Amino acid sequence: MQSGIFHSTYQADMALRRTHAEKIRMVLFLLFMAAFPFVADRYYLTLANQVGIATIGAIGLNILTGYTGQISLGQGGFMAVGAYTAGLLTARLGMPWYVSTLAACLATAAIGALFGIPSLRLKGLYLAIATLAAQEIILWVVTHWKTLTGGVDALVVPNPTLFGLQINTDFRFYWVIWLLAGVSALTTVNLFRTHYGRAFIAIRDQDIAAEVMGINLFRYKLLAFAISSFWVGMAGALTAHYRNIVTWERFTVDISVLYLAMVIIGGLGSVSGSFFGAAFMTLLPAFLTNLGRALKSTFPFVDTIIPFVQQAVFGLVIILFLIFEPEGLRKIWKDIKDYFRLWPFSY
Amino acid sequence: MLRGFTHQLNSSTLNPGDLQLSVEHLTLSFGGVMALLNISLELYQSEILAIIGPNGAGKTSLLNCISGLYHPQEGHIYYHADDGKQHEITTLRPYHIAKLGIARSFQNIELFRHMSVLNNLMAGAHIHMRSDLFSSLIYWGKAQREQIEFRCFVEDIIDLLEIESIREKQVGELAYGLQKRVELGRALAMKPAILLLDEPMAGMNTEEKEDMARFILDVNEEHGVTIVLIEHDMGVVMDISDRIVVLNFGQKIGEGTPDEVRQNPQVIQAYLGEDQRAFTRK
Ligand SMILES: Nc1ncnc2c1ncn2[C@@H]1O[C@H](COP(=O)(O)OP(=O)(O)O)[C@@H](O)[C@H]1O
Ligand SMILES: [Mg+2]
Repeated sequence: MQSGIFHSTYQADMALRRTHAEKIRMVLFLLFMAAFPFVADRYYLTLANQVGIATIGAIGLNILTGYTGQISLGQGGFMAVGAYTAGLLTARLGMPWYVSTLAACLATAAIGALFGIPSLRLKGLYLAIATLAAQEIILWVVTHWKTLTGGVDALVVPNPTLFGLQINTDFRFYWVIWLLAGVSALTTVNLFRTHYGRAFIAIRDQDIAAEVMGINLFRYKLLAFAISSFWVGMAGALTAHYRNIVTWERFTVDISVLYLAMVIIGGLGSVSGSFFGAAFMTLLPAFLTNLGRALKSTFPFVDTIIPFVQQAVFGLVIILFLIFEPEGLRKIWKDIKDYFRLWPFSY
Repeated sequence: MLRGFTHQLNSSTLNPGDLQLSVEHLTLSFGGVMALLNISLELYQSEILAIIGPNGAGKTSLLNCISGLYHPQEGHIYYHADDGKQHEITTLRPYHIAKLGIARSFQNIELFRHMSVLNNLMAGAHIHMRSDLFSSLIYWGKAQREQIEFRCFVEDIIDLLEIESIREKQVGELAYGLQKRVELGRALAMKPAILLLDEPMAGMNTEEKEDMARFILDVNEEHGVTIVLIEHDMGVVMDISDRIVVLNFGQKIGEGTPDEVRQNPQVIQAYLGEDQRAFTRK
């Protein structure tokens, strides 16, 4: 049993994984992720890839909303910027997917920072409405600037290639997506070990004190918008390359709400929570669909009500989370870990 | 375990007694309420200046003007930096004033509630951290070295304030007295040239007050940090301050050493009925 965690050097004390248990858990997780595509069938690979893209997007949103406390309903719009930038650069100019993806991240970061300007004056619900306006403006531009985006018509994006290899299967995409998800997770965790991340959290917890400690609110809020949007743009760009097709319907305000639910359910201000939330919100609908299909043979009428039941269960789960575990799945996971760390002395 | 302080806590290199801050004819009103009326005062390196006065006298408003949270309608505030330059700070933003070396605590604790004690102190050292965004994202080289270096510095403050056992705790979960101590620590992590403390002992029991007074004296005597202290406990004020400024209804009604202020008839008048026994206690 451990009564606490002690280290002899600050470097060890400030390491990411500080205990053996943590290191072992991390290694097991990585082994699982590496073995998964070899054993999973196509259906599960598709789900895993969707979770991976959602994880990147959720990490992005969590940087802004969870860590910095700036509620955003612009997620769908920012993903659209990423998807269209990547899609157009590859489809029209023939850029390699990785170049267009990076360009999409940077473009989204810039647009995100631009729409972050009102955050200096607006807080809470007012900011949420301002970001909702960003969402609607972006989608309006996307659907109306026909010469550039093709308007409401779908934009077809060719398959990416890497080292002469076509990335055209879920198996191959899996590596690309999860590698990038890993990069986004690691750099975000790192960011919050330094003064940049602390400044974000300080702004969320007590913005007046933060400013009196020397934190330039405007600069750091815009930076939070930019870094957040960088990853959100990446999620959009990967969606474009993965689906080979970009349509505006994939980036409506529903998506913004879905992602907000993801970070709330997963855990605000947590990278692992972003992953949990992304997994949960991607897998729950899939699970409900499968359940419906299984029930259909015995209860044929289920088929017609399934979509409604799905929506209701979805909403119900979110409400239950908000009531019973406002700190999200991350907290549940932490409680489990703590239980075993101190086991059998739970007090 | 006690170890020597290995880091510089005071970022000012002025000589003790040098003029460090001058407040000139400050007037601040909120609608009809005169919070400050023609206030002037001077602050010298390495002194402890107490600001006293009944509730609503304008003490907090004065600190808010100095740290840039309020902007007075009239008057000027000058900060005399050690490079010999005189900065007018009256209209600067708070973060800018912080960067000049003016740190503070708040009357109603304003900590970063969801951060650990350690991270609150590390956040306090924000203005001294310079690693760029990219090296922070990969946490390699400069960024990592800098974080470890400041961790050492912050540990010195943790030793000084005797909060070793709670360093990993979330501050929101701490008892009130400890939160006050952490808030002092966060301000110290800025390596302040001037430290503004707004009622750091309010709501504390005698023992906690004694501890806090000892910390304040340590910071002032060992490190030479200039301190402006708002405090209601006259015993403490008379004991530890070099000079006292008395405010009442936004006006300065007295100024001087503790002994001079104690004899000041106007001050005695203002305090009549409030805390007079403590006040005239010898
Ligand atoms: N932000 C504000 N808005 C309106 N009135 C204020 C504000 N801050 C202070 N005041 C008023 O200014 C006067 C001085 O307040 P304050 O500086 O807090 O006094 P003290 O700290 O000496 O108790 C009070 O009458 C108070 O109501
Ligand atoms: Mg006050």
